Amino acid sequence: MRWESWAEFWAMGGYAVYVWGSVGATALMMVFEIVQAWLARRKLLTQLRAEQTLAEMSAEEWQA
Amino acid sequence: MSFSSIRWFHFAAPQTFYGLAGSVWKWFAVLAAGLGLAGLWIGFAVAPTDFQQGDGYRIIFVHVPASWMSMVIYLAMAFWSVLGLTFNTRLSGMMTRALAPTGALFAFLSLWTGALWGKPMWGAWWVWDARLTSELILFFLYLGYLALTSAIDDDRRADRAGALIAIVGAINVPIIYFSVTWWNTLHQGASVSMTKAPSMAHTMLWGMLLMALAFWCYTLALVLYRVRTLILQREAHTDWVCALPEVQAKGEGA
Repeated sequence: MRWESWAEFWAMGGYAVYVWGSVGATALMMVFEIVQAWLARRKLLTQLRAEQTLAEMSAEEWQA
Repeated sequence: MSFSSIRWFHFAAPQTFYGLAGSVWKWFAVLAAGLGLAGLWIGFAVAPTDFQQGDGYRIIFVHVPASWMSMVIYLAMAFWSVLGLTFNTRLSGMMTRALAPTGALFAFLSLWTGALWGKPMWGAWWVWDARLTSELILFFLYLGYLALTSAIDDDRRADRAGALIAIVGAINVPIIYFSVTWWNTLHQGASVSMTKAPSMAHTMLWGMLLMALAFWCYTLALVLYRVRTLILQREAHTDWVCALPEVQAKGEGA
């Protein structure tokens, strides 16, 4: 282990802004991308289900 | 099993691939998380401070993997585009489209982390150097691809137009890769090459390679996840999609 304390770890030898600016931006954008992909799928599935329900309802009406 | 006996076109059918990708993406997600944690541990807790760059060099653990992925993803897009234009398979266009956003993200991160590394080491956020400029062009190629494909309503036409950008733009990738040897640049040469021993300490190298593998798995997981959404979108009213449990009105598929 290279670090003596947490404070020293976060300071990154004086390069904190640069190192955490890089790691933070990467983590943030990855999380954003994952959430975005998840929401896109959820939205599409909700839409497809609604269409399916509608189709079933109209099929029932047709039979009645 | 020989190469030709695998039924490639069978797996290229959207219906088959939807199921295949659905079972595979989760494994890549788990691998990405595991490798990422291991890479971060080695890179930020075990690897020693650099004698020249202090702890500032640790940006390498995200900068190099992001830059590699930005190039690899573009080549993958070109590969799928060639397949799409040659065999006219539907999946090719969807794969190219699923890859593009992640590629753009990594190209951006490559430039962003590069700027944050350049400032303390060179004294400048940006220089018009061959390596940086060619990577910027790669980012613009991704944006061009995304803008063009989203501007064309007909999916198959958009795929074909996008395929041309992907294939023509691929010439830029070797230019980025060799820019540090072809021109005098401020950017340092390759840290890892196939012909020479790596110019770094072992723990630094391992941290970087683990992070690169993690980024590979992240990309595979996300692209496979995203291509499933694209498949559903394009095949929306087919029988097989309507019969899927996650599409059934009461289904609770993830």
